[in-house]
Amino acid sequence: MFNVDALLKSLPIMGLGMLGIFIVIGLIMFIIWILGKAFPVKKDKQDN
Amino acid sequence: MAQLFSNFLNIDWSTQWPMVIMWIIGGVLIYLAVKKDMEPTLLLPMGFGAILVNLPFSGAVTQVGAEEGPIDVLFNAGIANELFPLLLFIGIGAMIDFGPLLSNPKMMLFGAAAQFGIFFTLSLASFLGFEIKDAASIAIIGAADGPTSIFVSQYFKSNYVGPIIIAAYSYMALVPIIQPAVIKICTTKKERLIRMPYKPKTVSKTTKILFPIIITMVAGIFAPKSVALVGFLMFGNLIRECGVLNSLSESAQHELANLVTLLLGLTVSTKMQWQYFLRWETLMIMGLGLVAFIFDTAGGVIFAKILNIFLKEKINPMVGAAGISAFPMSSRVVHKMGLEEDPQNFLLMHAAAANVSGQIASVVAGGLILTLIQV
Repeated sequence: MFNVDALLKSLPIMGLGMLGIFIVIGLIMFIIWILGKAFPVKKDKQDN
Repeated sequence: MAQLFSNFLNIDWSTQWPMVIMWIIGGVLIYLAVKKDMEPTLLLPMGFGAILVNLPFSGAVTQVGAEEGPIDVLFNAGIANELFPLLLFIGIGAMIDFGPLLSNPKMMLFGAAAQFGIFFTLSLASFLGFEIKDAASIAIIGAADGPTSIFVSQYFKSNYVGPIIIAAYSYMALVPIIQPAVIKICTTKKERLIRMPYKPKTVSKTTKILFPIIITMVAGIFAPKSVALVGFLMFGNLIRECGVLNSLSESAQHELANLVTLLLGLTVSTKMQWQYFLRWETLMIMGLGLVAFIFDTAGGVIFAKILNIFLKEKINPMVGAAGISAFPMSSRVVHKMGLEEDPQNFLLMHAAAANVSGQIASVVAGGLILTLIQV
C-alpha cells in the first residue's frame, strides 16, 4: 500500500513548489514596492 | 396499475442499497448548510444534488441507453472545461480589497508559507498510493479555495473530483474549529500575546488599478498555466478598483458569483453518484484534506516564529495562520484569538493582509502544481 518510490519522487516537487511560491510572492512584493514608489498617494491625491 | 409502480418494482435493492447512504449524506450536507450555516451556498445544492443523482434510474444524470442527463450536460458545459470555477473567480476578485495587503506587503510571506500543507499532502498522498495526478488534486484541497480545487482536479481529470470538492468546502467551513487548535499547539501564550501596532499606509488608486494588471502579466510570463486562474481573479479585482464599472462590480460580486455557485454545487453532484463516491479512498481524501489544512496553518505559524528570530519588531505568530486562502474566516479566527488572549490586541488588519495574500498564493500554488506535474 505504501509507495516509498512515489514519495521520493514527490519530494523534489514539494521543494520546487515551495521555492516557486516564495519566488513569485517575493516578485509580487517587489512590484508592490515599485508601484508604491512610482505612484505615491500625494501624486494623485487619493487614498485607500 | 403495475405500470405506475414499474420503476419501483424494477429496483434491485440488493445492489442499489448504497444509494440510501448517499441520501443520508445529502441530508447531512443540507442539515449542515441550513442548521449550522456551513458554506450554505454550496453545501445545500450539493446535498440536494447528491439525492437527485442517486435516485433509481435518475433522469438527472445520463443512464445507459437514454439521452444525456441535464446535470451531465451542465458538467460538460461548465466544469469539465473549467469554465464555472473561472467565472466564480471573477466574482471573488471583485469581492477582495487588496488595500490591506498593498499597504503592508510583507504579510505576503505568510500567504506563501501557509501553502506548505498543499505540498506536504502531495507527498503524503503519493506515499499512500494515489497516482500523482490524484495526489496533486487531493493536495490542492489545502489551497482552501474551492474554485482552485475544482480547476486543478478537473485539469488532471482526477478520479476523485466529488470527494475533493466536498472536502475542500467542508474544511473551509471548519476553519474556526481546525485553526485555533493547531495555532495553540504551535504557539506559547507569550507568543500569542505579542501586540502588533497597526500603522496603515495609504495606497494610491493608480497602484490599485495597476496591481491586478501587472500580477496577471507576471503570472502569465512565469507560470503560464496559472494565468487563467490568476487572470480571472485579477480581472474581477480590476472591475472593482477601476471606479468606472461599479454596477458590473456589484453584478460580479452578487449575481454572477451566486448564479455560478448555485450551478457549481448542483453540477458537481454528478460526481456524487454512489458508484464513484462510496469508496475507501473517499475517507482517505477527507483525512488528507484535514492534514493539508493542519499543515497549512502550522506552516504559516512556524514561519512567523522563524521570522521573529531575526526581527526586532516581533510578529504575533498567529497572523501566519491567516495566510491560508479561506477568506475572511481565517483572519477573523486569528483576530478573535488575539482578543481572547489580550482584549487590547487588535490583529484584524494584519491578519486580513495575510489572508488576502493567501488568496493569491493559493492560486499561484495551483498554477505551480499544474506546471510541475506533467500528465
